[in-house]
Amino acid sequence: MKGSANRRVLPGYGLSLGYTIFYLCVIVLIPLAGIFIKTAGMGWADFWHTIWNARVIAAYKVSFLTALAAAGINAVFGLLVAWVLVRYKFPGKSFIDSLVDLPFALPTAVAGVSLTALYAQNGWIGSKLEPLGIKVAYTPLGITIALVFIGLPFVVRTVQPVLQDLEKDTEEAAVMLGAYRFRTFRKIVLPEIAPALLTGFALAFARGIGEYGSVVFISGNMPMKTEIAPLLIMTKLEQYEYAGATAIALVMLVISFIALLIINLLQARMNKRTISA
Amino acid sequence: MAGAVTAHLSEEASVRPQHINESVLVRIVLITIALAFLTLVVIFPLLTVFIEGLKKGWDVYTASLRDADALSALKLTLIVSLIAVPLNTFFGIMAAWAITKFKFRGRNVLITLIDLPFAVSPVISGLIFVLMFGAQGFYGPWLDDHNIQIIFALPGIVLATVFVTFPFVARELIPLMESQGVQEEEAAVVLGAKGLKLFWLVTLPNIKWGLLYGIILCNARAMGEFGAVSVVSGHIRGETNTLPLHIEILYNEYQFSASFAVSSLLVLLAVLTLAVKKFVEWRGSKWQSK
Repeated sequence: MKGSANRRVLPGYGLSLGYTIFYLCVIVLIPLAGIFIKTAGMGWADFWHTIWNARVIAAYKVSFLTALAAAGINAVFGLLVAWVLVRYKFPGKSFIDSLVDLPFALPTAVAGVSLTALYAQNGWIGSKLEPLGIKVAYTPLGITIALVFIGLPFVVRTVQPVLQDLEKDTEEAAVMLGAYRFRTFRKIVLPEIAPALLTGFALAFARGIGEYGSVVFISGNMPMKTEIAPLLIMTKLEQYEYAGATAIALVMLVISFIALLIINLLQARMNKRTISA
Repeated sequence: MAGAVTAHLSEEASVRPQHINESVLVRIVLITIALAFLTLVVIFPLLTVFIEGLKKGWDVYTASLRDADALSALKLTLIVSLIAVPLNTFFGIMAAWAITKFKFRGRNVLITLIDLPFAVSPVISGLIFVLMFGAQGFYGPWLDDHNIQIIFALPGIVLATVFVTFPFVARELIPLMESQGVQEEEAAVVLGAKGLKLFWLVTLPNIKWGLLYGIILCNARAMGEFGAVSVVSGHIRGETNTLPLHIEILYNEYQFSASFAVSSLLVLLAVLTLAVKKFVEWRGSKWQSK
């Protein structure tokens, strides 16, 4: 941290901090607390029955596995995209770099309808895959593709800066000592970028678990097969089963918070590394 | 969790001597795979929106944009973001000021809490307001007695949108203001600058481009939010339908061309957002090299 020891020289400490905490409480903390209060009024047996029956477990499973698969795909291809953007020169590089941010800026519903049109049986890509016996839309594969779209920027944008700041010296040394490129990558570069890659993976995974807009269109929403957990909450709400919806929401919140905690720990370790280096 | 991590592409890292670079063939293969992946996942979906939107011709395209329901959805979307974005912008500036200009205990906890909405599923973001203000909610009976409607009406949509876009401006400003330190402000205070004048004349010129990007990104998310708004809106056509919800309705009614025509509006918004980002990065790199 820069600056003098006494930072209270500047005006507005009480006002800005007070307003920040007030607004945070009103918009985020108090409404979120409602989830816990509502579930607390449910009773154990009821709660357990809601969050642990075949259809709900199937939905957690679909959400969890597709988010995991998508984050894995993004870890591989996201690293490749970051690598190519940082290290090579090719025409249209700046345009491609902007394109990576598109999933951040594009509304999820638009991504959903567009991916569905593309990968449905009569779609542009879907019709090519159909003769090969691959069905994408309305299967877990379709959900995974939607989540790959959503999660891509998280991996690229966390890996990119680390890759950019990597010193060339260590790679030089590895070459001098006779290592081939791939070995240098595996032994020198990969350990350096691993924390960033893992953070990107975790961010993409956490986002994928809760994603709704891009998935509902392409998933087909068949209970036990392609129904995701957020959709289950939606369905319960439409049937005015508020307690049931809230119980499932609580389970998802706990999963997200654990993911968030892991991400923060990873980032803390990453910062330590860069400072000590 | 970061909603947007700004990374500058510098030329330096791509200038590499031959012995610590891959062979030309490997480079070409890697670039090709990366581009193929991006084409499949990002470029094709983008093109699809325009191809499908224009499939039935220009007249159908413009007619679906001029449709009364589409126009009222557009109007509602604009109103919602006109309320939500300034609220979160003001908060973002206040939070970034408190967090970067002063040292206090629990600073990191506060930063984590500001990120919280990123970790919450959009559906849950809507649900929490239904639990508070819905007919069966904590304040439901009281609101009913006083004839105030929040859920299935404009206030609910605004609240859900504010929640979802809560961290964007703060997230953009905190790292930026942190890296700039406090020296300039302290010097200004010594010279007699006070309160708002200090912010307006010293801080704002340094952060204006980052702030602009934060606002634009916040706006893109506010206009495009689907899950959270879907929970609280009630989908009343011409009344509580926003643009993304209108896309869903048209799609479910098999009016694909119209659905994609409306989608293309939001794609243009996204492209505009990315263009502003590029511009801000360009300004930033110019500023750094000075």
